[in-house]
Amino acid sequence: MILEALIAAAFLSALLVLLSPNEWAGRLAFALSLIPFVGSLYLWSGFDGSGNALTGGDIAYQTQIEWLEFGGRSVSWFVGLDGISLPLVVLTTFLVPLAILSAWTPIDTRQSQFYGLMLFMEANLLGVFTALDFFLWFVFWEAVLVPMYFLIGVWGGPRRKYAAIKFFVYTNAASLLMFIGFMSLTFALGDSVTSFALPEITGAIADGGLGTWFGVAPDQIAMLAFLAMFAGFAVKVPIVPVHTWLPDAHVEAPTPVSVLLAGVLLKMGTYALLRFNFTMLPDQASALAIPIAAIAVISVIYGAMLALAQKDLKRIVAYSSVSSMGYVILGLVVFTEYGVGGATFQMVAHGLISGLMFMAVGVVYNATHTRMVGDMAGMADRMPITVGILVAGAFGYMGLPLMAGFAGEFFIFVGSFSAPALPYAPVFTGLAMFGIVIVAGYLLSAMQSTLFGPFELATDYEVGPAPFHDVAPLAVLLVAIIVLGVAPDIFFEMIRDAALPVVEGVSING
Amino acid sequence: MVNGLPEVTALLPVLLLGFTGLALLLVDTLSPDTRSNTSMAVVSAFGALASLAATAWFVSTGVGSADAGGAITLFAEAIKVDTMALFFTAIFASVTSLVVVAAHDYFHDHSNPATFYSLTLFAATGMSLLAVANSLAVVFIALEMVSLPSYVLVAFLKQNRGSVEAGLKYFLVGALSSAIFLFGISLVYAATGSLMLADVASVLGDIAAGTDGLGSRSGIAGLGIVMILGGVAFKTASVPFHFWAPDAYQGAPAPVSAFLSSASKAAGFVVAFRVFTEAFPVGASLSANINWVLAFGILAAVTMTLGNFAAAVQEEVKRMLAYSSIGHAGYALIGVAALSADGGGNSAVMGAAMAHLLVYGFMNTGAFLFVAMAERWGVGRTFEDYAGLARRAPVASTAMAVFMFSLAGLPPFAGFFSKYFLFTGAIDNGFLWLAAIGAINSVISLYYYSRVVKALFIDDPASPTALDTIDVRPTALYAAVVFAAVATVLLLPGFGPVIETAEAAASALF
Repeated sequence: MILEALIAAAFLSALLVLLSPNEWAGRLAFALSLIPFVGSLYLWSGFDGSGNALTGGDIAYQTQIEWLEFGGRSVSWFVGLDGISLPLVVLTTFLVPLAILSAWTPIDTRQSQFYGLMLFMEANLLGVFTALDFFLWFVFWEAVLVPMYFLIGVWGGPRRKYAAIKFFVYTNAASLLMFIGFMSLTFALGDSVTSFALPEITGAIADGGLGTWFGVAPDQIAMLAFLAMFAGFAVKVPIVPVHTWLPDAHVEAPTPVSVLLAGVLLKMGTYALLRFNFTMLPDQASALAIPIAAIAVISVIYGAMLALAQKDLKRIVAYSSVSSMGYVILGLVVFTEYGVGGATFQMVAHGLISGLMFMAVGVVYNATHTRMVGDMAGMADRMPITVGILVAGAFGYMGLPLMAGFAGEFFIFVGSFSAPALPYAPVFTGLAMFGIVIVAGYLLSAMQSTLFGPFELATDYEVGPAPFHDVAPLAVLLVAIIVLGVAPDIFFEMIRDAALPVVEGVSING
Repeated sequence: MVNGLPEVTALLPVLLLGFTGLALLLVDTLSPDTRSNTSMAVVSAFGALASLAATAWFVSTGVGSADAGGAITLFAEAIKVDTMALFFTAIFASVTSLVVVAAHDYFHDHSNPATFYSLTLFAATGMSLLAVANSLAVVFIALEMVSLPSYVLVAFLKQNRGSVEAGLKYFLVGALSSAIFLFGISLVYAATGSLMLADVASVLGDIAAGTDGLGSRSGIAGLGIVMILGGVAFKTASVPFHFWAPDAYQGAPAPVSAFLSSASKAAGFVVAFRVFTEAFPVGASLSANINWVLAFGILAAVTMTLGNFAAAVQEEVKRMLAYSSIGHAGYALIGVAALSADGGGNSAVMGAAMAHLLVYGFMNTGAFLFVAMAERWGVGRTFEDYAGLARRAPVASTAMAVFMFSLAGLPPFAGFFSKYFLFTGAIDNGFLWLAAIGAINSVISLYYYSRVVKALFIDDPASPTALDTIDVRPTALYAAVVFAAVATVLLLPGFGPVIETAEAAASALF
């Protein structure tokens, strides 16, 4: 019942904050957001799951209560954790308090609604990562969209309306596509499943339970469902060419929202890809290995090239997220222990690093009110600590050893270089590695022109160091990135344990 | 025996509504000087709630269900109380209580509100009588009992041109369709020699049994059935008798629009569900070459498409809601359009349509009551006039957002489940095309529903003083809107009992 308590605590906190006065909504929200964090640490310490939740592994903290039954299939409140979901739960509860802290300075209107929505989103994110019943999962999945739409649309920048609508339309259309894909699977399974529980559906597909439905053969249904779900999740990740909502959403969203968008919301897409496409339909995934790997590599290179061309610091970080997510897709499609495990690890690592980058850019923006590369120079002069952390974070992005980003990318490359499931694996890996060089190029050049050199900024006020509550979350994030880089095993052990059944699920490895 | 009471008490929910209306009229007539709006509203709300409580009591003790001795028939079988009747009575009583509570504030300065309350209760009595009607004669009388008060209610603001014009249009179309409906009944009587639903069905069924049955009179019966179908289309605001609805809903006082578009529409559906399954069973009708299933299918597809496309181009919120209500009539029509002769999934799809009508009763009533609140504030009627309302009225605006998202069928709200079950029910019964048209329409609807949310929360007010007219807090209206929103949210976790009751109720018809 601890998982339920965690989700309920986040929901109740959201309600409490919504009803609190604007003056201390921020403080209250921060204090309340520590409850899920402490709870998730408790979950971590007592974690006793093993294997993958979908393929018959031992699920930790499992609860299953029937919700309703319709047409011979039951829908239940079914939650639990395995080695893949626990790190993402910890990531979520860790990032939310920090994001709330970073909102104290920039958010100055309708605070109680802002923080209430943040906590509401946290509750739903926790639901997404813990739900093991399709309907429950889908309810949470969609419920994340609603607060995000308001957070961008109400507190965003000048083009917030456009960005919010674009986000909403893109992700909703994607959800529908994915929903149709999954539903056609369950219809084709017919009587071989009696519920919407993901483990049961995964098992039934693996046992060849798919039948002919409306005249379409089982193999074709599986392939069509794979494509529909892949397209749906690709928008969320996002993968080139369906990434265009992301830079708009990021640029217009206020800093704390960007932190959660890049840090956690993008992981919903990769998490779902791993759970649905790669765990449930591994053979379809491996049949499509070459095109998927090609899309992944294109995302890496093209995202990095787009970042190279940007002048807005936030846009640079946003496009580099597209690039980083490409690595995750590459790691998944190679179907090796280190590939899938590394991709999952990279989700957490990228969550921390991109969170740090967005937050640091936000702190600089609070002081300068511009994010354009040409508008400022020598910021290190005025905000030495912030800039120091920003530089460290950028090195994390470039994959500096002993930082989390290095561990994630290294695992992926180790796993993908000689993967049996992916033809031409060395070629794809080599091309993807090239992306790191571009990342280093644009991050270094952007930092050099904005952070170093003589101070230059046209303002009519004095620019000084950022307040403590802005810098503290940056420092905490940096520490976490280094800890995870030095000792990746604190997560990688359990991730590998849960990733192994996925790898073995594909017939080429089986 | 009904819970140890005489059988006639099975009509308790109907009688409670009727007697409350009579009591209000009596008090108003005997002492017209002492009447007060508040006490009238309180009495009528109590009457409606008492009826709801009685209904809930009957449902929970299984009155009229197959487990507890089957349906209770009264007055030479002219009246039949079964679970479906109780289910619909619950919808009518809920909507009625919401509407009378809201009307207290809406008609706060009206000279004679007592008429409103008694007419509303009389119409509700007619609706619940319609739900228990077991003979075509009772159906017609009950239908008129609903229609006559409704005409007056639409034209209730007799100084207001729009209201009077709407009332006249409604009356003219209503009178025409009543005549058609009645003529249809007489043709069915001519062909089958009975008005009792079960007897009509047995004459139709004789064909299948090889005995004479209808013989050459099947053409007459078919014509009669088509005309009855026309009457149903009028009451449910479906194509081809839908065109009164936008004008009537727009011109009528908003609480009346809420009442008509939720309760009165559901009343039309109870006729469709009961008459077409009990008097004209699918199998018997098909073997008599009377394919009303196909007719309903075409009407459903056309109705939902027309309603959605028309709603998308409206500039006034109330008119948009009117067209959206036509669209929803199209969805609910799937409940009779996706029936098949072998009957495997019939009760599932009809049960889903009933559950959808229940959820719709809350979300649509709530949406119209929000419009009532806006009219009370005097903020104008178009989307632009609603801009920025959330800043002055966050609670009501949040409730409105809940209604809009739920009407669009987004997952965190009850509208998602009801639509989902409706569409899967149709697919399971072999009507993939209907479900596909429904799903596409559902996606389109998100566009115009989200326009309301965008106006409320994201757009800036037209001028800084635009919201100054919001200087009253109509408590009762607020209470009704918030209650409807809470119900819309809670029906998601609580959907299990609703769908199970609905399905059980529907299965008694086949």
